[in-house]
Amino acid sequence: MERIRKAFSSPAGISITSSVLAAAGGLLFGLLLLLCFRPASAFTGFLNILTTGFSSPAKLSKVLYQSAPLVLTGLSVGFAFKTGLFNIGATGQYIIGTLCALYTAIIWGFPWWAAMLAAAVGGAVWGSIPGICKALFNVNEVITSIMFNWIALYTIILVFNNTPAILDPVGNRTMNLAAANPGAIIPKWGLDELFGSQYMNISFFIAVAVAAVIYVVLNKTIFGYELKACGSNRDASRYAGINAKRNIILSMVISGALAGIAGAIYYLSGTVQYNLEKNLPSPAMGFNGIPVALLAASHPLGTVFSALFISYIQVGGETLQPTFAKENIDIIISVIIYFSAFAMLTRMLLQRLLSHKKESGSKAVPAAVTAAGAFPGEDKTTDDNASASGAAENEDTGDNTDNESGVSGQ
Amino acid sequence: MAKENIDPAREAVENRPGEDYVIEMLNITKEFPGIRANDNVTLRLRRGEIHALLGENGAGKSTLMSVLFGLYQPDGGVIKKNGEVVKINNPNDANDLHIGMVHQHFKLVEVFTVLENIILGVEPTSASFLKKKEARSKVVALSEKYGLKVDPDAYISDITVGMQQRVEILKMLYRDNEILIFDEPTAVLTPQEIDELMEIMRGFKAEGKSILFITHKLNEIMAVADRCTVLRKGRCTGTVDIADTSREELSRMMVGREVSFSVDKAPVEPGDTVLEVCGLCAPSRRSKKNAVTNASFNVRRGEIVCIAGIEGNGQSELVYALTGLGPVSAGSIRLNGEDITRKSIRRRNNAGMAHIPEDRHKDGLILDYTLEQNLVLKKYFMPRFQKGGFIKFEEVRRFADGLIDRFDIRSGQGAVTRARSMSGGNQQKAIVAREIDYNADILIAVQPTRGLDIGAIEYIHKQIVAERDSGKAVLLVSLELDEVMNLSDRIIVIYEGELVGEFRPDEITVQELGLYMAGAKKQKSGGEV
Repeated sequence: MERIRKAFSSPAGISITSSVLAAAGGLLFGLLLLLCFRPASAFTGFLNILTTGFSSPAKLSKVLYQSAPLVLTGLSVGFAFKTGLFNIGATGQYIIGTLCALYTAIIWGFPWWAAMLAAAVGGAVWGSIPGICKALFNVNEVITSIMFNWIALYTIILVFNNTPAILDPVGNRTMNLAAANPGAIIPKWGLDELFGSQYMNISFFIAVAVAAVIYVVLNKTIFGYELKACGSNRDASRYAGINAKRNIILSMVISGALAGIAGAIYYLSGTVQYNLEKNLPSPAMGFNGIPVALLAASHPLGTVFSALFISYIQVGGETLQPTFAKENIDIIISVIIYFSAFAMLTRMLLQRLLSHKKESGSKAVPAAVTAAGAFPGEDKTTDDNASASGAAENEDTGDNTDNESGVSGQ
Repeated sequence: MAKENIDPAREAVENRPGEDYVIEMLNITKEFPGIRANDNVTLRLRRGEIHALLGENGAGKSTLMSVLFGLYQPDGGVIKKNGEVVKINNPNDANDLHIGMVHQHFKLVEVFTVLENIILGVEPTSASFLKKKEARSKVVALSEKYGLKVDPDAYISDITVGMQQRVEILKMLYRDNEILIFDEPTAVLTPQEIDELMEIMRGFKAEGKSILFITHKLNEIMAVADRCTVLRKGRCTGTVDIADTSREELSRMMVGREVSFSVDKAPVEPGDTVLEVCGLCAPSRRSKKNAVTNASFNVRRGEIVCIAGIEGNGQSELVYALTGLGPVSAGSIRLNGEDITRKSIRRRNNAGMAHIPEDRHKDGLILDYTLEQNLVLKKYFMPRFQKGGFIKFEEVRRFADGLIDRFDIRSGQGAVTRARSMSGGNQQKAIVAREIDYNADILIAVQPTRGLDIGAIEYIHKQIVAERDSGKAVLLVSLELDEVMNLSDRIIVIYEGELVGEFRPDEITVQELGLYMAGAKKQKSGGEV
């Protein structure tokens, strides 16, 4: 029992529990919305969301298929988080990745892995620009990368519109890969037959492998050590002689490459074609990388699970049609994802709850009071503690929020 | 339980009936994960006394005061005000009970004026309009009454640390506080300012206000306090009347063993020049002026050169320029004869520079990293700790455990403790361990004992002297005159970015040094070696 308790209150335990709680909270809120929209079918609908993903191999393969790019964009965002950067430009890097993958696959006839590599390079270049601006000129990476999302969008339209060979003669979209270059389709290794679904290929496994590599890089190498050091205290990293500028750029390059691969992995599946719309891509893969990363607390392996969760919800949501309007479903899914991003908040609440429990034993003390007590209160423990008590001077909220802020990650 | 705790004589004294206690903290217990910060601590504050609270870092002084100030709830024990049990849920409650606190790190809004800071939170208003005039007259009256000289219209960012402290004190007075808590108030003051503060505290005492004075400087306690409660490792080791005690006894109660106050230092013949600074100028971070102008000095093997000065006179910029963390606008820095003026930080480190930084949280540690990760912060890339870019975790652990053992760094979970959750003293020990182990030719130590207790100070001083004795050059930057006088072989005084004097410690008194530091005196040949 004590061991379980310990595991539960360890940092990893808290992270996992809080993510699960956040996801559960999102689901509950989704249920509430279902009840609002159409009470009679709410529960069956909710049950559908929960069970569809596992209802058949075909559905499961759809879940896996959709989760692969999500894993990668989640990794992209999470990796930048670890270095203290908010890469909101994963969408743009994703689009450039798509551009490079499809262009090299259809026009130059690259095999799938080479096209995927090209996508990684494209995403890396796209990510490097905000990185360079941040490192050398201290331009906020959020602003640059948002702008680069739009630049990417219009770049892909511009390039594809001027490359008739890449376009499907029928619609305003790219050629079907099966016709244009079957070698560029990500191999299925017979999984499609096994699962009975055209969606099934090895993309999910590629994504998991990439996640494993990122995990190793972040946790086992001196490069990861440097990156995380820059992310959590740039001054101290400089003091240690770490080249913070180089690491910021490298972090954005890798982050961009991951998002680029995400674009390739989605569009080289052979089952979708890129629509030349003047909107950011409809699955919003890049943006969904943000909640995926948050829900996973930027942990590379956690990212796999949170991407699976979000993909699972999306696949489940599709079955609500036609009982629910498509817009309703979108709202419900968005709300669930939105709530999932509260993982940071639930983690904070959980930590408070636990430290509170430990502090007061069995006695009941108002929770707010123990807020400042997240750390052992020895003399001059940390600046944060000091500032927490400072905040508490004029208001009664002693908060340690700056430790939990999303950007610094865990 | 320590046997001091059941000293019957002491119990008898404390339970004497009829004493006029304004605050009683009885049997306070406060636990944090893995640590019992306060264990059955009792502290009674008489009306109109100056009561010192003495203890090492991590002894639980701040926790105890946080409990009194409503920041923490005790797990056990009660607080009484004027004999009645009170519950203090937050600082507002404390304020209502007329308890005020000057924090060690001031809680002032830099971009507000003195007046605005004082009234912040208790602004007198009429129909939600600020009645500044009324507030001003009250502040001015208070400042005259207690001799707390401030300019109500000056911005906090423009005034000295001493004046900022007076603003903090006025904040308490403005709120009609009767119980005044001073958390390490003298750490940032010059000797003259400390004397002034002592006078002000005595004035409060004469007024009938009660003062809790947290410190680990024994001289100050002996000078100003009436009684002293000593904490050690979360437990109360006793409350004594200052009249009946001595520095030695207090330090024994605090540390649990005898402490030597003077640093034993064998004379050492300085060797080759290690660091040579010539005409160095460094720009200020705040204004366009140079924070350091035309500084020239050198540091040789086997000597401790100390830069003495009041905080904010260019020491930080000087050190930043030397270590590569900050810019150099003119001049040159040579390390072992090699010009490193424009070299990267890593190059300087590798060339033989170790640096105990001034701000351990900003520069010295990555608080979210574990202790072991912090201990290899400057070495992680060396072949010993990596192979093909992969960290050798076992080697890191072995190295860290070695340092933890050698330097007695205490923490909840050993090598894997988050630096953030360690006490300030142990965080500092970790940095000192890392830098001394770095085995560089020159050790630049900036306030290496800031905010530390006697035991830790003694220890760090010994380490620094050992470094010097082993033939290393040491450049010490310190605001503590005791430290300056005890440790250094040469003293260089910095005032407004200029080196205004150079002395041997036996040539000069503390008072005279204070005059140089305050800019009242200047050597004609100032700064030249």
